[in-house]
Formats: sequence, structure tokens, C-alpha cells
Amino acid sequence: MEIGLTTDMLQFLFMGIQRGAIYAMVAMGFNMIYNATGIINFAQGEFVVLGGLMMVSMTMALNLSLVFAFMVSVAFVTVVGILMERLTINPVRRPTVLRLIIITIAVSILLKGAAMCFWGKGSHYMRHFTDAPPLEIMGAYILPQTLWIIGMLALVVIGYVAFFNYTMTGKCMRACAINRDAARLAGINDRRMVMLSFALSAAIGAIAGIIITPIIQMDYARGALLGLKGFGAAVVGGLGNSMGAVVAGLLLGIIEAGSGGYISSHYMDAIALVIMLGVLFVRPGGLFGSSEMVRLKEF
Amino acid sequence: MLRLVNVNSHYGLVRVLKNVSMHVGQGEIVTLIGANGAGKTTTLRTISGLHPVKAGRIYFQDRDITGWPAERLVELGIAHVPEGRQIFSPMSVNDNLELGGHLVYKHYGKKRLKSEIDQMLDLFPVLGQRRPQYAGTLSGGEQQMLAIAMALMSGPRMLLLDEPSMGLAPMIIRDIFARIARLQQERKLTVLLIEQNAKAALNISDRGYVMETGRILLEEEAGALLANPEVKRAYLGRDQREVWE
Repeated sequence: MEIGLTTDMLQFLFMGIQRGAIYAMVAMGFNMIYNATGIINFAQGEFVVLGGLMMVSMTMALNLSLVFAFMVSVAFVTVVGILMERLTINPVRRPTVLRLIIITIAVSILLKGAAMCFWGKGSHYMRHFTDAPPLEIMGAYILPQTLWIIGMLALVVIGYVAFFNYTMTGKCMRACAINRDAARLAGINDRRMVMLSFALSAAIGAIAGIIITPIIQMDYARGALLGLKGFGAAVVGGLGNSMGAVVAGLLLGIIEAGSGGYISSHYMDAIALVIMLGVLFVRPGGLFGSSEMVRLKEF
Repeated sequence: MLRLVNVNSHYGLVRVLKNVSMHVGQGEIVTLIGANGAGKTTTLRTISGLHPVKAGRIYFQDRDITGWPAERLVELGIAHVPEGRQIFSPMSVNDNLELGGHLVYKHYGKKRLKSEIDQMLDLFPVLGQRRPQYAGTLSGGEQQMLAIAMALMSGPRMLLLDEPSMGLAPMIIRDIFARIARLQQERKLTVLLIEQNAKAALNISDRGYVMETGRILLEEEAGALLANPEVKRAYLGRDQREVWE
């Protein structure tokens, strides 16, 4: 009994981390655009779907190698992100937060429709990255794909930190987020930074979609729920705080897997969202956001 | 060097600048004084491209720069130190300077940026000691110096300063004004200055403009403005009683 309990827990933990890593990456994408523009990009979930579906076509239909397919898929979604910014966000003459958010909702519907036309309504199977059997750790099993997911999340986080702390472009993006006017007075082109934020957040979304597809079997309509969960993680972690988002994303995934396992798998989405609401009632700024920031933010 | 011709500027429907015309010659220090809400800050923001021009023209070195975005004007050599020490508080002093010199990096590379930062630290030794610290942890005077240093990092020909003395102790204010005067000579800068502390500003200036409710009322040599009884009464806080009686 004792052993069974810890084994269960460990199993749920692995499942939770696997889900949570995806939420964390979606949340990072939300934050990147939020920091650059102050808006929530509701097409973030669609980036994830497009990345996954593109990868399916590249590997299963065209039989390309994993690495090459990965790069093409990420590049494709990045271009979609850039086009989205150039065609729908940048031309808005008097951008207000509400207007831009509604635009992103429209783009999300559009992308979803386009994905349905190209890939159909069915869900798409993709083989795991490696064929190895699941590893056994203290009676619990962990899929090799889960290890890929964890490794990818680690890489993305490291890349993210390195980019924003050690490169001039990254610092310029941060500067824009901290104080837009001061950044412009330093000669930083804020509009280009906004475009870059869309590009990067699309790329991160695509990576998340690519690595999760072998496990969840991607279909065109997955974006909404993935986006919602990622958004939840971003809010709980404190909007704009990407390291908070990673922790919150993992927590959300683990809570979800745990409540699915111990209480009811029917209610696991609801339970996770209720806990999220609970956190926000107690700490409106999220777990890692300062209450001072909340008052300054537009929402 | 800088010329404004009948510039109008609005906040929503409110007309804030009403046909403002003024000029700043090469190598001059010019002060803009006026009460709160007179439109001084808006004037600077309009020049530096942060605020749109509704009507009128702005020329910089005989080039029409009306409607240029702020980041392009920086490249042209106009540096604006906005009101209230606009630094990047959650970043280190060093990062702030790097960002200030972001154009140097873009055009000349990393080495040049490093040497420019070193030069700037010679100019403001206090910042050298604080280099790895978060900019938000600096004292008010240090933050103002950092803000000025950041603006200078872009290698400007013209410096727009918005209330550099705001909220600072008198000793620090004196230090900052002395530095501005010295910088102007060493770097052959042209300076347009806004100040509540009109006396300190006019003391280092060549000329001054007086602004009221969006209009330029008066333009004179700094010395003459300092002696003008009306200006004294309204902005210098001296001899009030004599004039009233």
C-alpha cells in the first residue's frame, strides 16, 4: 500500500510535469507579447496547434528528418507570428489594449479556420521522437517523450534568460517593456521590438506544440484549451513574469494530473482552474507578481 | 540649430501648444520657464517626437523633422532627458548605459560601446562605483546623473533637459547645473532646458523664453530675464511685496 501510494504520486508527478511544461511555454509566449505591448495575445494557442500540425505533416507525410522538420515548423510559425503583427497589429492607427485584444481573438479564429481547411477536423498521430520503451523509476513509468519535453523546456528557459540578460536586442526588449518612452529616447525602435516579441512568442508556441503532439495527438481545435491553461499559468505566475510563469505552469500541470488521478479525471480541468481562481482571490498579482504592479497595470 | 515655427500640439481635444515659435542657436543654452501646465514639457516632447505635431514645422540643422519618430531623431543627434529620471530601474547601471548607447553598438560595435561607457564613467565617477547595482537603488541625484549620462551615450549634438533639478537637494542641484554647463562647453552641445528652479537655470543660460498657457510670452537674454521685474515676481519668487505694493 505504502509503495503503491508513492508510485501513484510519482506517476502523477511525471504526467503533471509533462503537461505543465507545455503550459509553462505557452505562458512564456503570453508574457513576451504582454511585456512588449500590454496585451494578451489570444492567438497564442493557435501558434501551438500550427507548430504541432506542421510537424505532423513534415514528419509523417513528407518523411523529413526530425531535426529538419522541427526547424521548418518553428520557422513557419515564426513567420506566421511576424505576419500577424505586421498585418493586424502594426497598422492599427490608435491602438488601445481592448482593440488589440479583440484583433488577436479574430486572428485566432482565422488561424483555427485555416488549420481546419488544411489539416481537416481529425486528430493527427505522430510518432514519438525516440522509440525507446518507457523508463521505470520506483515503479512509475516515464515516457522518453516526457524527457524530451522537460529537456526542451530547460533549453527554452536557458535561451530565454540568456537572450534577455546578455544580448543587446534582449535588453532593448526589456527596456521597452519597462519604460517605452525612455526606450524610444535611447533610439530603440519600439515597433520592431513588438514584431520581435510576436516572432519569439510564436516560436516558443511552436516548440511547445511540436513536442506535445506525439502525446496528445494534435487537432485544429486544441488551441483554445491549451491557450486557456497557459494563460492561467501566466496569470498565476504574475503577468509579465516569465520565470513565475514557468513555476506556475508546472504547478498547474501537477495539480491537474493529481486531481485527475485522486479525485476525478472528468473534473481535472475544472479543479485546476478553480485553484487558479483561488490563488487570484488571495494574491491578485499572481504568486510572483507584486501587488504594486497590479495597481499600475491596465488589467 | 533648432527652430520651431508656429507649432501646435494637442492632448485629445485640448490645444496645449498654441503657435509656439522659438529657436536655439548652435552652442547656446536656452531655458524655457513657465508655471505648471504652461506646456513646457509638451514642447520638449513635441520636439523629440514623443508627442505628435498637430500643425507647424520643426527644423533641426535646417532639416524639416516635423513628424519624425523619436528613435530616428536620436540618431540625428537630439537627446531628450525626460522629466522624473526615466531610467530602467530593474536593470543594472551598466545595462542602462549600454541601452543609452544602443545606437553606438548598432553602428560601431561592442568595443566602441565599451570605450564610450568608460568615458562616461570618467565623467560621472559616482556611476562607476554603482555600475553593477540596480539603477532603481541609486539616490535621486545619482539617478538624474545616470539619466543624463544615458542621453549623452548616444553622442548627441543637442540635449533637451526636462527639470533636471526636480526633487533634488540644493547642493546636488548646484552640482548638476555645474556639470551641464561644463558638458556643454566640453562637448560643444546645444542645450534646451526646462526648469522650475528658474534662477539656477538662467544663471547658466544664454537666453530664455517665458511660456504661459501654451504661448511664448517673452524672449530675452538670460541676464535681462533675471532682472525683469515681472519675471522676478512670477517665477523667481523674489521681491514679491515690492511689486504688489
